[in-house]
Amino acid sequence: MAIDWQPVWLTLKLATLTTVILLLLGTPLAWWLARTRCLCRDWIGAVVALPLVLPPTVLGFYLLLLLGPNGPIGQATQALGLGTLPFTFSGLVVGSVLYSLPFVVQPVRNAFEAMGTRPMEVAATLRASPLRAFFSVALPLARPGLLTGAVLGFAHTVGEFGVVLMIGGNIPGETKVLSVAIYDHVESLEWAQAHWLAGGMLVFSFIVVVAMYQLERHMQQARREH
Amino acid sequence: MSIEIRFNLRQRDGFSLDASFSAPGRGVTALFGRSGSGKTTVLRCVAGLQRARGTCRINGETWQDDATWRPPHRRPIGYVFQEASLFPHLTVRRNLEFGYRLAPASEHRIAIDDAIDLLGIAELLDRAPARLSGGERQRVAIARALLSAPRLLLMDEPLSALDHASKQAIFPYLEGIHNELDLPVLYVSHDPDEVARLADRMILLEAGQVRASGPIGGVMTELRLPLSHFDNASAVVNGVVSAHDETFGLTHVTCGGNRFTLPREDLAVGTRARLQIHARDVSLALNAHHDSTILNIFPAVVADTRDSGSSQMLVRLRLEDGQSLLARITRRSGVALGIREGMIVYAQAKGVATVGT
Repeated sequence: MAIDWQPVWLTLKLATLTTVILLLLGTPLAWWLARTRCLCRDWIGAVVALPLVLPPTVLGFYLLLLLGPNGPIGQATQALGLGTLPFTFSGLVVGSVLYSLPFVVQPVRNAFEAMGTRPMEVAATLRASPLRAFFSVALPLARPGLLTGAVLGFAHTVGEFGVVLMIGGNIPGETKVLSVAIYDHVESLEWAQAHWLAGGMLVFSFIVVVAMYQLERHMQQARREH
Repeated sequence: MSIEIRFNLRQRDGFSLDASFSAPGRGVTALFGRSGSGKTTVLRCVAGLQRARGTCRINGETWQDDATWRPPHRRPIGYVFQEASLFPHLTVRRNLEFGYRLAPASEHRIAIDDAIDLLGIAELLDRAPARLSGGERQRVAIARALLSAPRLLLMDEPLSALDHASKQAIFPYLEGIHNELDLPVLYVSHDPDEVARLADRMILLEAGQVRASGPIGGVMTELRLPLSHFDNASAVVNGVVSAHDETFGLTHVTCGGNRFTLPREDLAVGTRARLQIHARDVSLALNAHHDSTILNIFPAVVADTRDSGSSQMLVRLRLEDGQSLLARITRRSGVALGIREGMIVYAQAKGVATVGT
């Protein structure tokens, strides 16, 4: 029996890329949500949190419509010469980013809110511009939240299935990720392969969660022990 | 060299601030008032942490007026918050360096090592803020503020979160700053003893407005103002250490033509000394009793009198050199002696203590 490693690498690539994009997009978004007094905050916050309650197939369905050849975004990407995104790796990244967004934004936002306004005020009185204060005070203080967000975003992307199936399909090397591969193996009664992949996922997820707990404890201790 | 402030602010919670005052651009100016009087708000507006309409001019620089608004990181201030607010992710040393590195090198007036010595924090440099006591944290916060090369130091009740012992331990450091750095300080407080000890001038705030301002010797003894009616009301008198009496363990402090005598203090002859004399410790006589056990007896003119409650009255006395004392006597004695404005009396001060330099 040969294990097909391609879905594994594809999944890791997708999850890594998604996590990086999520941290870059999600951190400023989380900062804005934590700080703004705009009345639209709850509405934007609700849109960000929607994937938590929405069935993945619903999200995938609308993405398919939006990104498809007749959808507004699809037409824009076509006009830009990028083609259409559904059933491509890029489309999968877009879907994963949206789907895992709340898992990154929420812990980071919580960390920013828990910090309060005082550290930024102190930094300002010590001559730090808002941008410098953000990087040298707010981000380090929110590090546990950022770490939790990154791990959750990564793990959640690894485990996604519904959105992938809707907008990614099942193209080997392009959109056939682990969860879809397991489903495939089970469909074709290849129990051994399904066992290897599913068991691997189980062990991987377990290690991720344990590592996260330990890292968090380690960082708390390091802070106390200086 | 002066501080000119005019702030106008209406907050959503109903609080409104309409405060304007000016103070000399040197020495310690206390912003005094109860909680809710707006003193912290004024300080935050000076720092630019909160935005009120108005003007803020500090020693010739305009930080705010109708056309100007400098954000807080462009104002050369040091700000000491009520809670030390050290950055928890940085060691004490890195906390100290934070503002030091961001300030232009030419503006530094104190080196890192000197600030460490001044605040006595050399032992703490490699520790995390979480492992410092409250008093230690506040000393680090003060050193950190001094190292950001401020031209105005803003202190928001820096001692109020400390217990009595840590508070007493930190006073000498604050006085050290006062004596060694020529740095104007705005000091928010609601503790009269703290103000008596540290401040040169006082701005008295009530409900967002300036009720009085001036040298503390005057504001604290002004009978129309609430401070003189406090149970622990006192007067502050400035003088110079003139001699020590080693036989009896006494120190003499001269203020104008008057010589105060107090228990031996470890102060060099010729240094400035600030004396605090509580109103309850001052009694009045019509003649100088040289047969009294009280050492400090001075002629004074009754400047003002006012009843305080049904049984007591307060008397403001002007000493020969123009400084004021406060006496709390019974109304009955006041009537018996016929105490009235312009009268010459002898003030007998039972307890006199130095409260700083």
